[in-house]
Amino acid sequence: MSSNNLDQLYRQVIMDHYKNPRNKGVLEDDSLTINMNNPTCGDRIQLTLKVNDGKVTDAKFEGEGCSISMSSASMMTQAIKGKDIKEALKLSTIFSDMMQGKDYDETQDLGDIEALSGVSKFPARIKCATLAWKAMEKGLKEDEQ
Amino acid sequence: MNISDVRSYFPILNQEVNGNPLVYLDSAATSQKPIQVIEAVDKYYREYNSNVHRGVHTLGTKATDGYEGARDKVRKFINAKSTQEIIFTRGTTTALNTVAASYGRANLQEGDEIVITYMEHHSNIIPWQQLAKVTGATLKYLPLQEDGTILLEDVQETINVNTKLVSVTMVSNVLGVMNPIKEITQIAHSNGAVMVVDGAQAAPHMKIDVQDLDIDFLGFSGHKMCGPTGIGVLYGKKQLLENMKPIEFGGEMIDFVDLYDSTWKELPWKFEGGTPIIAGAIGLGAAIDFLTEVGLDNIQAHEHRLAAYALEKMSTVEGMTIYGPKDAAKRAGLVTFNLEDVHPHDVATVLDAEGIAVRAGHHCAQPLMKWLKASATARASFYLYNTEEEIDKLVSGLLKTKEYFSDVF
Repeated sequence: MSSNNLDQLYRQVIMDHYKNPRNKGVLEDDSLTINMNNPTCGDRIQLTLKVNDGKVTDAKFEGEGCSISMSSASMMTQAIKGKDIKEALKLSTIFSDMMQGKDYDETQDLGDIEALSGVSKFPARIKCATLAWKAMEKGLKEDEQ
Repeated sequence: MNISDVRSYFPILNQEVNGNPLVYLDSAATSQKPIQVIEAVDKYYREYNSNVHRGVHTLGTKATDGYEGARDKVRKFINAKSTQEIIFTRGTTTALNTVAASYGRANLQEGDEIVITYMEHHSNIIPWQQLAKVTGATLKYLPLQEDGTILLEDVQETINVNTKLVSVTMVSNVLGVMNPIKEITQIAHSNGAVMVVDGAQAAPHMKIDVQDLDIDFLGFSGHKMCGPTGIGVLYGKKQLLENMKPIEFGGEMIDFVDLYDSTWKELPWKFEGGTPIIAGAIGLGAAIDFLTEVGLDNIQAHEHRLAAYALEKMSTVEGMTIYGPKDAAKRAGLVTFNLEDVHPHDVATVLDAEGIAVRAGHHCAQPLMKWLKASATARASFYLYNTEEEIDKLVSGLLKTKEYFSDVF
């Protein structure tokens, strides 16, 4: 594996989110709380979401894990704030496609999330990147019902 | 066979990973297999694949001889008195679960105590948790010293007349600590408890003499000792095994089957329901031949040198935390560590780009991780085919990792 691939994995923007996570913390009052962990490696996340009228109005996360899982959580919370549930879930599908190296909907502005596309070349790390997104999906799908 | 030309017997080691020669430092998870083992399994399938203990045809006899011959190799390997005491299982997990489900459920009750330690692998924790739940017995943990070792005074204090079963690993898969099994066994026995030993990290690396240790049960896995996956061993003292009930019922393990009741074969077959792991056992037998030819004492000395060298070199890396005893004499051939400000997954990914395979995660020892106050760690583990040059590569890989992560910030 070339160091070029490593650089793709650990891009500056990822490291920035890892070192200075956005939306770190726990939301109080009537928020949705989702706990998820990756039992094979010990990464864990607690995601709290506030949903009003089908819209994600706030999102915060707490957790422990590697640079990929934590930066992904930071980016995810940033990305879904202000989006309605449908949009947030659509973003999650795009992200999942991106991780699997599939063609993904490039018309959508992914912002910082795009930086994680290099993870798809590291199969062992895909689960790190998708942990926070799975937690979000679980929370929003339960809320929808 | 010389330890220095041991590498040539492992075809997998001769390859590049990510453009660099493979440096395999994850043998505590699973060891690589020498050509002798690969060929023994191959030969069985090509030349005498047949079911065992059935029929009278020639191949069946050959397969039975191979399977039972492997059992005798295992017996000699751990110096058991009789092949009746050697039960083939799927691995250490199945071995320990068999003791918990068969011996444990029949002999433990409310008020009894089970004693294990903080350093156990999940497979030597959960069967006892479940046993405690079912029987009403209490599960107790032996405390650890600062460096992860066990103090015999604590063993004396924790084990008492209520203790019915003690289960301890011989070597910790995280701390590398070697436990005083013989002494703990004496304390267990003087309180009337049976002694169970998790030998998964010990059997590949050192001589085990079950009679000298006087332990009651021992479990270990083939795949960590140059053998195939899916085969392991449960050793038990004959008088205990004889009084234990099988936990799996079906073909192979029966004597007579009536409409409403059945009787079991004698030891060890009453514990081996269904067609056994024939190729696996034959492969394990070949692995034991290989390890015996190299010599367990040579292997242990070699790994001890590597561990001492690794401890010394790795300690020079700034920001390095090494878990377990600092004294190499107290250690088996593995080093668990963390690099400041770099998560172990990230360490493992950067090392992998250099062709270096290490383990990162909780190593199936979550209670120990809690005790270490680490959510995850990285681990380099050594075996007979590793070299000092590979440890140098590990250290320079770790320096690169540090550099890489300070650069991107």
